[in-house]
Amino acid sequence: MSTFIIRRLLQAILVMALMSVIVFFGVNVIGDPVHMLVSPEADQAEIEAAIRRLGLDKPIWEQYLLFVKNAMQGDLGKSFIFGEPALKLIFHHMPATLELAFSALFLAVLIGIPLGLFAGLNPDSPISKGIMAGSIFGFSLPTFWVGLMLILVFSVELGWLPSTGRGETRSVLGFETSLATVDGLKHIILPALNLALLKISLAVRLTRAGVREAMGQDYVKFARAKGLSTNRIIFVHVLKNIMIPVVTVMGLELGSLIGFSVVTEKIFAWPGMGKLLIDAILQLDRPVVVAYLMIIVVFFVLINMIVDILYSILDPRVRLQDQGA
Amino acid sequence: MSAVLEVNGLKTHFFTRAGVVKAVDGVDFSVSSGEIMGLVGESGSGKSITGFSILGLIDSPGRIVEGSVKFDGTEIADAREEALKQLRGNRIAMIFQDPMMTLNPVLRIDTQMIEAILAHEKIDRATARERCRDALGLVGIPSPEERLNAYPHQLSGGMRQRVAIAIAFLNRPRLIIADEPTTALDVTIQAQIIHEAQKLTRQTGTAMIWITHDLAVVAGLADRISVMYAGRIVEQGETDDVIDRPRHPYTVGLLGSVPSANKRGQRLYQIEGMTPNMLALPQGCAFAPRCTRASDECKTAPPIQKSGGSRIRCFHPFGEGGRA
Repeated sequence: MSTFIIRRLLQAILVMALMSVIVFFGVNVIGDPVHMLVSPEADQAEIEAAIRRLGLDKPIWEQYLLFVKNAMQGDLGKSFIFGEPALKLIFHHMPATLELAFSALFLAVLIGIPLGLFAGLNPDSPISKGIMAGSIFGFSLPTFWVGLMLILVFSVELGWLPSTGRGETRSVLGFETSLATVDGLKHIILPALNLALLKISLAVRLTRAGVREAMGQDYVKFARAKGLSTNRIIFVHVLKNIMIPVVTVMGLELGSLIGFSVVTEKIFAWPGMGKLLIDAILQLDRPVVVAYLMIIVVFFVLINMIVDILYSILDPRVRLQDQGA
Repeated sequence: MSAVLEVNGLKTHFFTRAGVVKAVDGVDFSVSSGEIMGLVGESGSGKSITGFSILGLIDSPGRIVEGSVKFDGTEIADAREEALKQLRGNRIAMIFQDPMMTLNPVLRIDTQMIEAILAHEKIDRATARERCRDALGLVGIPSPEERLNAYPHQLSGGMRQRVAIAIAFLNRPRLIIADEPTTALDVTIQAQIIHEAQKLTRQTGTAMIWITHDLAVVAGLADRISVMYAGRIVEQGETDDVIDRPRHPYTVGLLGSVPSANKRGQRLYQIEGMTPNMLALPQGCAFAPRCTRASDECKTAPPIQKSGGSRIRCFHPFGEGGRA
């Protein structure tokens, strides 16, 4: 187990190193941030000063080495725009994104698994066919369009739910969260639902396929031959088996929920990391972009590791220490 | 000996898109307590479906269309699901073919055993667990206490089948339906399992239906043998009669194909042709197209004939001693 974790952490460091190279040089190619920062009327001397202040006068490889040296000490650079440490900026916006991602995951599990279970157990019922047709929409409709429609229906037409911002937040364990207030909850419903829609569809399809497969297995027939109640067969024998793929996939999807909540955050003006990233990209704020992506890499690696550990708990056949992956 | 199970004219058909598959088409037999009946046939002859029909475990698009299944004198062919659930695993237990597949891979052995008891009896878990441990000991599993905490993948195939047998005997059933329980096992393990099963039925007076395609297995195990072909029992009788003096051409052919019964160097006998397509069974006797003795008469279904202790479905049976 500990060998497994150490190996994972080493892999994480390697991925982060590669990522930093790609992003650092990549952003540099796109454009010159100085032109975004200094006013159009600035003279040559002012521009030169700005370049020196940001450390952009040195050759790019020297800038990178300096970045690596600082990164070793936990300093990922200062934002060109805000003049604040990039990490601090990101951590400031992180709780909003995390609570949005976890709410979406929660919705996906809460809605997707029961629907998938129903569809898997009654494959021929018209309701199941409706659920499956709905999941196709969930997969194919673009997030930004669904988000706009949600706002149009629930905020503009019906006026039930607010469409922008986090609403009232309260501090819980040192984090500001919308989940602790009624107003905050109202604000999070639409963006969370929008973000969750694709994952709900995914959960429905995964669960349904798993149930359909498990129901035909000998162990289910044997459980029936033992005279067990239908509930026991479904909720113990079948569900425990299908949780293995569902937990794996949904766990990995959490990473993409955090990393790619950008569109939803933009539409619902949710002040999370995604919005910060978009703004940083538009302003060529390289330290923020690099730091953000590094953090996302850490998230993915951590989540994958947790999923692997969960997997070994759910499936007794899996043992972690001897795996090459 | 009173009959634990009496099956009369059982027909289980599957209504598929391609047509009606008459998987079981008029099967009669009975089993008494302490008796082992071998149900023999090739793949697709309907022997497993017969077993599942008794327990009411036939899934759509199949269903029992006709016939009666009397268990301890009570008709259960048309029983409600709830009534059947109380019988399953309790009064009638089943053992499956592939021990690698019948135990749930993610649940521990004790969970899977205890639930079989608790589904039918209101006793506390500790008592149930004790009974499970004893049952494992009974089927020859060493250190049963540790095995209870194991997961199926930690046990060998033979061990798993012993666990399945222990589960079948847990609630002291009146009848056990064993569906090819040794087919997936090594020969040595096969012999051990057969020995355990035989010992347990004798000890407990449990009736057993042993479904297999292997005549050699039931020859040494069963008291009586029913040979099935294309959904019907073609020959039925005491084991000695069926094995030593087969009457039906199909049984004769099956016995002729057992390698151990032949001399070394002698060509092994094969039954000509293939098992029939269950969607398009020939008129009359289903075996006629493969039968060397078939005549025009065989285009109508042969009635059941009694001769001695045996019942056969054939117009041209072999005489006593397997000769014409």
